Amino acid sequence: MSATENNPFNASWTYDKAPESTDHIQLKEQYELFIDGAFVKPLKGKYFETINPSNNQTIASVAEASSEDVDKAVHAARAAFDSWSTLSGRERGKYIYRIARLIQERAREFAVIESMDGGKPIRESRDIDVPLAANHFFYYAGWADKLAYAFPNKTPKPLGVAGQIIPWNFPLLMAAWKLAPALATGNTVVLKPAETTPLTALKLAEIIQESGLPKGVVNILTGAGATGAAIVQHPEVDKIAFTGSTAVGKYIQKTIAGTPKKLTLELGGKGANIIFEDAAIDQAVEGIVNAIFFNQGHVCCAGSRLFVQESVASTVIQKLKERMEHLIVGDPLDKNTDIGAINSTKQLETIKDYVEKGLKEGGEIYQPVCDLPKKGNWCRPTLFLNVSQSHTIVQEEIFGPVLTVQTFRTIDEVIDKANNTPYGLSAGVWTQHGAKIFHLTQQLNAGVVWANTFNKFDPTAPFGGYKESGFGREGGLQGLRPYLKFN
Amino acid sequence: MNRLDIHKTYKLYLGGKFPRTESGRYYPVHDSSGNLLANMCLASRKDFRNAVVLARKAQPAWKRVTALNKGQILYRIAEMLEARKAQFITELSAHGLSQQSAKKEVEAAIDSLVYYAGWSDKYQQLFSTVNPVSSSHFNFSVVEPVGVVAIKAPETPGLLGLVSMLAPAVVGGNTVIILASEQQPLTAISFAEVLHSSDVPGGVVNILTGKEQELISHMATHMDVNALVYCGSDKTVRQSISELSSDNLKRTIFYNQDHWDKAQGESPYIIEATQELKTTWHPTKAS
Amino acid sequence: MVAQLIKMLPDLHNIPLFDATGVNERIDRFCKRSIKKNSKASGLKLALSMVDLTTLEGKDTEAKVRQLCYKAMHPHDLLKDLPSVAAVCVYPSYVGIAKKALEGSAIQVASVATAFPSGQSKLSVKLDDTRFAVDQGADEIDMVISRGAFLSGNYQYVFDEIAAVKEVCGKAHLKVILETGELDTLDNVRKASEIALYAGADFIKTSTGKIQPAATMQVTYVMLQAIKDYYLATGKMVGMKPAGGISTSKIALQYLVMLNEVLGERWMNKHYFRFGASSLLNDLLMQLVKLDTGAYQSPDYFSKD
Repeated sequence: MSATENNPFNASWTYDKAPESTDHIQLKEQYELFIDGAFVKPLKGKYFETINPSNNQTIASVAEASSEDVDKAVHAARAAFDSWSTLSGRERGKYIYRIARLIQERAREFAVIESMDGGKPIRESRDIDVPLAANHFFYYAGWADKLAYAFPNKTPKPLGVAGQIIPWNFPLLMAAWKLAPALATGNTVVLKPAETTPLTALKLAEIIQESGLPKGVVNILTGAGATGAAIVQHPEVDKIAFTGSTAVGKYIQKTIAGTPKKLTLELGGKGANIIFEDAAIDQAVEGIVNAIFFNQGHVCCAGSRLFVQESVASTVIQKLKERMEHLIVGDPLDKNTDIGAINSTKQLETIKDYVEKGLKEGGEIYQPVCDLPKKGNWCRPTLFLNVSQSHTIVQEEIFGPVLTVQTFRTIDEVIDKANNTPYGLSAGVWTQHGAKIFHLTQQLNAGVVWANTFNKFDPTAPFGGYKESGFGREGGLQGLRPYLKFN
Repeated sequence: MNRLDIHKTYKLYLGGKFPRTESGRYYPVHDSSGNLLANMCLASRKDFRNAVVLARKAQPAWKRVTALNKGQILYRIAEMLEARKAQFITELSAHGLSQQSAKKEVEAAIDSLVYYAGWSDKYQQLFSTVNPVSSSHFNFSVVEPVGVVAIKAPETPGLLGLVSMLAPAVVGGNTVIILASEQQPLTAISFAEVLHSSDVPGGVVNILTGKEQELISHMATHMDVNALVYCGSDKTVRQSISELSSDNLKRTIFYNQDHWDKAQGESPYIIEATQELKTTWHPTKAS
Repeated sequence: MVAQLIKMLPDLHNIPLFDATGVNERIDRFCKRSIKKNSKASGLKLALSMVDLTTLEGKDTEAKVRQLCYKAMHPHDLLKDLPSVAAVCVYPSYVGIAKKALEGSAIQVASVATAFPSGQSKLSVKLDDTRFAVDQGADEIDMVISRGAFLSGNYQYVFDEIAAVKEVCGKAHLKVILETGELDTLDNVRKASEIALYAGADFIKTSTGKIQPAATMQVTYVMLQAIKDYYLATGKMVGMKPAGGISTSKIALQYLVMLNEVLGERWMNKHYFRFGASSLLNDLLMQLVKLDTGAYQSPDYFSKD
């Protein structure tokens, strides 16, 4: 395609394929459950396949944990609890440091497997997911012997066995977010990765085994919803930490009602990303792209609702469309890929349904011209213009690379619209006006507010939602809290 | 010649006004000898619904009131309560407390208000953090009020329980709807009069009298209530609250009935329980 | 359609601003593009064709300039199908020499002018300097802006000076050097770009090469965005020349990725993009030979002029 009136800045220089090598990756054909320090076959002998979403080929078969396996794992965790929780904080910390280092050593292998199993671009798994996961362990390792300083006038005690259920969008990173604070505070864990992305958690189990962590302190069970439910319902589990959909979060809260189980939930979102006329426009355009197209939009804190002030709307939309032309969609393992594969065929269907709904409800769609691979699950980066708060695609979490664009006139109007949602996980605001930034960041009902940036994460920065986006925080000092009780 | 006493009519406290229940219903409260103390309003779910609307309306402005000012308002409540101590002792005595116990409770309630007044501009510094992220960003986490909080006050102590639940939520910037002790409701409504004369904006505190059994499920299911504080040990009620609250992922906070006589009845962690944590990022100079 | 332009200082209060952190993140993405195989070969050749081979030293002599011109025409005769460089850039006194040495080639002669590199002289002297270079046959004039005037807020002065030099240039192309290393902030770089663009620059250029830092991807990115917005506003295409500090093929390719993804194919040629560099040329050649032969190269096999 050559430069046209519509796109005077079309790029003609295309980059040759630059795939990350998979030579050094060690993958087994079959993966077992990690219980009590050993890899064991599931009691009922059932396995499921994990698929590479970029070509829909099977990568490995993975054990499916039954409620009997869950029982076994919980007992192992329970048995390990006494000695683990009474081990000195300093020694506990050293194990966690060791895990951090082992992840760093095998960073490249983790990155490649993460991209193969989940479809995310290697650039992201290499530069974001894996380093952040290692850093998370590194951060919480240091807390293990300093807990007394974290909560003045309180004596913290671990809860016991933590059941942790994590999603498929950041498989290794979410495992780190769950495991690191639980271990630092002296809990033992039964963790279940998502059924479409179990591999990096199982590689992590190998590392945990290698690290010499006492048996039973971490147990990793693969499986689908039924396995998760068995963990949630297990009477000897003291704590549930769940990251996933709001619907399942509500189900969990209902299920454990009346039990002494503690609960933290990190759920869905429909983040507002607000561009004011006095924003650094080009930078804001980058921010919009990063907010919605990062990880194919499979991000609970994605900036999926764009609000642009009317006076700059046409400029911003023009620049955004042009910017989207440069996004490279394709092979997750290619170092030049910006947008990888949609995580599963099921999720692709969900996204497609929403796109259809958006069209049916009168939204104006824009997608850049780009070649998509023939096999695998793909979705072009998508804008919906001419939509309002009442449109389904504006209200519901799509969890894909689909952005809705609305305009606004005044500050009060945009605050009102931004907060007009049951969710409250993230928000973004773009302006060079200092007082306006603080006004907005104070008024937006969201657990994370990014000003003149978006989708930044750090082990030291607490993350979590308001309202139906869940409760409890992960990261930072505050991230210790969900794993402790005080006498 | 004997003068005929004027009996006080106890009403609800909603949006800074003292209306009767919209339902027109009442329930009698008796003293230990069985004499009628008062006919209390038996608040309906519609009263609760109206209270939530008023609390929500009052929320943004109360959140914005400066920390210093919130502290001064709480201190003002303490001053007003101190001035009317005798009345409250009388009312508690009517509920069967000895003069000494009643005095002790009222004084503890006043002191608790002063205690939380002092926290108004300090708890933020305790629970907020500056986070040393490893990129060129300035990053901080601050606590913010969760929003509208519904509270079921403990059955006893009637006044201290109410104050001990109300003060930390209100000083934290929340607006509240509190259902008073069913058996000891007199001081709750008299306390509303104290609030009313203490610069507390209308709608920040809304006080209902009535039956927990009738209202608690509505408190748990209301989609515009952000948090529910329940002071009671009944396991069935607690389970039901947790189940019903999941509809909008309401934060549920449980305290035991006997919490209040002990030192742990006062704590900044009780303020924290009705706070959210917001993390903010902004770029700094690039390295 | 190119609108008839009335030269006027633009409203500098309303220009888009940049956080360096945000710019760095964008640059990081360009730098992480992996350029391999054919895309690498075509990129290297394109970069070679965009080089302004430069000598701007007090110790320059006629002989030195002639050697440089020969190198410009014959970068590495052992490699077939190599483009020549875009231009040779010298001081005004050597324009005549260079012009003669490059006779018959398509290589342009660029000359610095306007009291290069400081720009600390009065306008009439700068105009004379420019006139002299043009009279000697310079195809392109690389002028410097008055940074002192700019930093003291005298934007109109800077604007008028550029417009005046542009008049004197006649047919010669005008490259306006902002000397970004002295402008302190990216916002100032954007501001100075706006002034230069609206005053009639054919190219905007980062640096003299005499001040550190010289060209960086950050300032170049900001200038490319200015060019883009200027195009959107006026329909006029202006070129970009980062100069100084670009010494390796890897960096040059990163600049080309940035050009490709900001301004696109119409700017991907020597008419709209130049590298002001001298040591870059041999590195490009070494990489091209490596692609050809598969063997890593030694500088000893590439002539230094």
